[in-house]
Amino acid sequence: MTTHPTSALISRYAVGAADVDDATVWAVEAHLESCAACRTLLADAVDPGTRDLLGRVADGIADGIATGPGPVRRRRLRRTGVAARVLPWLATAAGLMLAAVVFERTFESLPSLVLLLSPVAPLLPVAAAWSRRTDPAWELLATMPRAGLWLLLRRTLAVLAVVVPVLAVAGWWTGQSPALWLLPALAFTAGSLALGGLVGVDVAALGLAVAWSAAVVAPSLAGRRLPAILAGGSWPGWAVITVALLAVVLVRAADHRHLGAGRT
Amino acid sequence: MMRAVSAAEIAPTTYPWTVHAENLVVRAGRHLAVNGLDLALGTGVHGLLGPNGAGKTTLMRALATVVKPAGGRLTLLGDDLTGRADPRRVRRSLGYLPQHFGFYPRFTVREFVEYMAWLKEMPSAVVPGAVQRAIERVGLTDRADSRMKTLSGGMLRRAGIAQALVNDPQVLLLDEPTVGLDPEQRMGFRDLLRELGMDSCVLVSTHLVEDVAVACTDVVLLHEGRLVWQGSTAELARQGGAGNAGDSATERGYSALLHAYRGQVAG
Repeated sequence: MTTHPTSALISRYAVGAADVDDATVWAVEAHLESCAACRTLLADAVDPGTRDLLGRVADGIADGIATGPGPVRRRRLRRTGVAARVLPWLATAAGLMLAAVVFERTFESLPSLVLLLSPVAPLLPVAAAWSRRTDPAWELLATMPRAGLWLLLRRTLAVLAVVVPVLAVAGWWTGQSPALWLLPALAFTAGSLALGGLVGVDVAALGLAVAWSAAVVAPSLAGRRLPAILAGGSWPGWAVITVALLAVVLVRAADHRHLGAGRT
Repeated sequence: MMRAVSAAEIAPTTYPWTVHAENLVVRAGRHLAVNGLDLALGTGVHGLLGPNGAGKTTLMRALATVVKPAGGRLTLLGDDLTGRADPRRVRRSLGYLPQHFGFYPRFTVREFVEYMAWLKEMPSAVVPGAVQRAIERVGLTDRADSRMKTLSGGMLRRAGIAQALVNDPQVLLLDEPTVGLDPEQRMGFRDLLRELGMDSCVLVSTHLVEDVAVACTDVVLLHEGRLVWQGSTAELARQGGAGNAGDSATERGYSALLHAYRGQVAG
């Protein structure tokens, strides 16, 4: 709407003049809704009696708002939605890391359990944050426009915001290099999101956790030495894997639009 | 409470039917629950009837974009849902009440509806007003700040209807919405349905033929994943004769159509 009605037309509209036809009234009204400058003209054009009435109505409404109930407070934390359901799994991950620290400080001859377990620590809560089994409103979530990679990333970041500080405390306590506990944890998280597009994030995360435990954790505990992939110089490899998996996740974003619907 | 009408809402539509299915096939597990369905729905309240296992819930889930069709074509609001297209635009104008309605027990009704409004990507400025209006429409105003776990079955159902309504959907899918509602609430709900059917496409799946007779403009009858009959409620009532099972004209019409269809398939 680029052409403004003339001030003469606005004053005729304001007094309800008979020569203004319906189509013009509608056009003027539609314009006034979106144009503050013309509304100012309208306020000047009405007669004193109407202005007085409008003033009294405005005062009445303001009084009603002031004495009525206040607006409901909004709790933004609720946005995480499944927070309550993920808490037990976050506690499990924290407990696991605590046990790893205690073991590592008690049995010095064993390979570092903190390094062995940190890659899989975020996987349990990540699986719980995006699963049909733990999210009661999953069926509704599957119909939502916001459901998709960005909501998944949001929930994953919320999980990492809790798990990474726990890992940091465990790593600092046992004196391990940050690159060796942080990067594998991020790589496995990104891996479960990338694989999750095909088989579901919960299945992918649990599958990776089981595979890592069987292929790396158990043999290293049996052989009593840390595998080469967790040795000091391996961090560039983990960094490359993390970035590559993140790229896969972003490229395959469309996989997460349909939430792997199964039987109800 | 009145709501301003936006330009997008009065724009002319570029598609003939709000919901259009051609030879639609949808799987429920390995079973073909919807098998070669042709359906076209416009504005109004459509009652979805059929015996147990007719594919009503599976059809609802396909329309709600929960499951992807295994074959055929499904178009909602002019957008094809069968290809690799992004269903996001359709989902913004969709309201869905699932048969098994899951909720967060520790949320209050208001928080739950608000969270669903956020998931539906509504602009945050309109969310509080829309949430309040949806809760008022289903008659839960006095329980808006109670936790979901303290609500009775009928109240939960109404909270589910409120979250489906909150974005003023153009396609509203209600799977057995009247389960657990008392007679007075059901009458209120029928009024709400009639109001909603004025400007959106409402599909109500139900076993209660009387709900359909009173509140729906149009009936869709499914059997074994196929369309048996589609027509107005009055036409359905005319289908039945005195010899058919049922207590009302609509029920007799329903059983006559099903009986005839079964005979036709067997013969």
